[in-house]
Amino acid sequence: MLLKRLSEASGVSSNESEVRDIIKDNIEDKVDELWTDVMGNLIAVKGKKKKGKKVLLSAHMDEVGLMITGIESNGLLNFRPVGNIDKRSLVSKPVIVGNDKINGVIGSKAIHLQKSSERNNPIPWSNLYIDIGTSSKKEAKKYIELGDFVSFKTKFKQLGINHAKGKAFDDRVGCSVIIDLLKYEYDFPLYVVFSVQEEVGLRGAGRAAFDIEPSMALIIESTSASDVPESEDYEFSSSLDKGPALTIMDKSLISNKKIIQGIINTSKQNDIPYQIKKSNTGGTDAGEISLTKEGIPSAVISLPSRYIHSPVSLISLKDYDYLKKLIKLYLQDLNKGEF
Amino acid sequence: MKKLIKEITSVFGPSGDEEKIRKYIKKQINNYVDNVYEDNLGNLIAVKKGKSNGKKIMFAAHMDQIALMITHIDEDGFLRFTNVGGVGHNFLPGTPIVFADGTIGTIGVEKLENINDLEMSKLYIDIGANNQQEAEKIVGIGDTAIYAPNFSENNNRVISNYHDDRIGCVVLIEAIKNIQDNNNELYFVFSTQEEVGLRGAKTAAYQIEPDIGIAVDVTATGDTPESHIMDVSLGEGAAIKIKDNSTITHPLVKDLLIKECKNNSINYQFEVLEFGGTDAGAIHLTKGGIPSGTISIPTRYVHTPTEMVDLSDVKASIELVTALSKSIF
Repeated sequence: MLLKRLSEASGVSSNESEVRDIIKDNIEDKVDELWTDVMGNLIAVKGKKKKGKKVLLSAHMDEVGLMITGIESNGLLNFRPVGNIDKRSLVSKPVIVGNDKINGVIGSKAIHLQKSSERNNPIPWSNLYIDIGTSSKKEAKKYIELGDFVSFKTKFKQLGINHAKGKAFDDRVGCSVIIDLLKYEYDFPLYVVFSVQEEVGLRGAGRAAFDIEPSMALIIESTSASDVPESEDYEFSSSLDKGPALTIMDKSLISNKKIIQGIINTSKQNDIPYQIKKSNTGGTDAGEISLTKEGIPSAVISLPSRYIHSPVSLISLKDYDYLKKLIKLYLQDLNKGEF
Repeated sequence: MKKLIKEITSVFGPSGDEEKIRKYIKKQINNYVDNVYEDNLGNLIAVKKGKSNGKKIMFAAHMDQIALMITHIDEDGFLRFTNVGGVGHNFLPGTPIVFADGTIGTIGVEKLENINDLEMSKLYIDIGANNQQEAEKIVGIGDTAIYAPNFSENNNRVISNYHDDRIGCVVLIEAIKNIQDNNNELYFVFSTQEEVGLRGAKTAAYQIEPDIGIAVDVTATGDTPESHIMDVSLGEGAAIKIKDNSTITHPLVKDLLIKECKNNSINYQFEVLEFGGTDAGAIHLTKGGIPSGTISIPTRYVHTPTEMVDLSDVKASIELVTALSKSIF
């Protein structure tokens, strides 16, 4: 399954080449042109000569992760986060370090040795380290360089009938959906951007939109599902198994109303469930894309995902299939790219 | 002008949902401009052509409003909400609100042990629905509501729910009606999504590429009891902004505004705002940079449901915009 390959690939922000290569292999024969821009965004166009207006689909390839920032004399590695990570989720997690994929585990003081004040607080970054089994700085340096990226070593696996666990669903899900959408024909030029460096500040996609100048953009994302015990129901941002989530507003964007209404119409006509994302937190590449040049009407549709930005998250495969189907039908409803 | 203020502050137009206010403003100015159009982000842009020796000036007043957005409808038909733009939750309990279709509501608050526990998540909107089903027939998640219209006046002092920035729109509309024989080419932008991050003005400026940019917006004052110290007062004239968090007014623009005030005997005061920003912040960083500044209308109680301005300041601002239409620089 392609989503499994994408989820298990390493692609911490600015180090997206492994993901980019997988995507390239899978779309090369389905598009007219394919190129990587200066930032590292992978861009492709299908139906370039069609008459209609340019439509842009975008998903980001990068994931949150860690970076090696020091090597201790005993061979343990210091690190810092790349993107937003809850450090409480890190202790004892298996990781892979660098492009040679060295196995490691995130370590900290064992519970027997912790003072009570330490037990009550999250362990600070400076007291967390990665252990790759080396016992001296010299030995560690054979495998590791400062600046090496670290990603979680989490296997993709189906859980139950409809759910799956894995890492980096944010936003390999979006990448996987776009790859699937390129199988079909549309009556307008379809541009797709697999962007870089979203997790460190929406840096890649805006540059790509600047070059492409589409007439509209739809960003396919993964958003936080918060249908879990610690939240009141009015605080749920989105819920699993209730269909793709549409963003009306977040910190970076107010979605274009016509696009949102168009997607809702398509979902109603085809009996595909959807939900409106309830929180207005977070931001996506759409924020940058929508403010490019003279402005680009943009909207976001997401797959709800529990435990997002942690070493392992959980999605509904039913929602995932609905997401693919809904966008495909919406794009087929768009006449010559007029929305 | 009072009629215009009363009408325009009652028209619905939260950030990202500016269709109704765009239509309203277009109707007001259609007969007085050479061209009027809507751009990709919904900005309404009106053009008055100039003469061959003129420069290109972009004026921007935002037509969007801060608002509340529904996030959840509970079993009993009460609505939970979040803010669109800078809404202060401490002003909300008991505030009447209205939705796009005219549905009204009021804001209630959960029982609090301590008034300091007041936060947005303890508040809810009551539209009088008996249960979830009944409420869902009227409103949906993602719908927005604004403070209900409440225009009122005492002589020269006018209160309304949304002087920010409909009073700036009034300044531009009245100036558009006044201006004749302008030698500068004038772009009047009624911008969108200012309250959520100066978004509309950014893309409008990219497309227009003006020689200078002037935002027309409200500013806070320091003339109320125990207020933040700030040398801006109601009734002392149009405020020429020196700085806020989004811009330091370009010297060329600052000097031009002072010159026009002096030459035309327009009352003015200087404004240093230690927080906030205006569309000028987005305009001045466009492309290779655009010298920009802001004409501010002093306003008490900005971002509360009852904002107050002095009409003499509004008139001074209109005169200043009008003077700039012929300004040589």
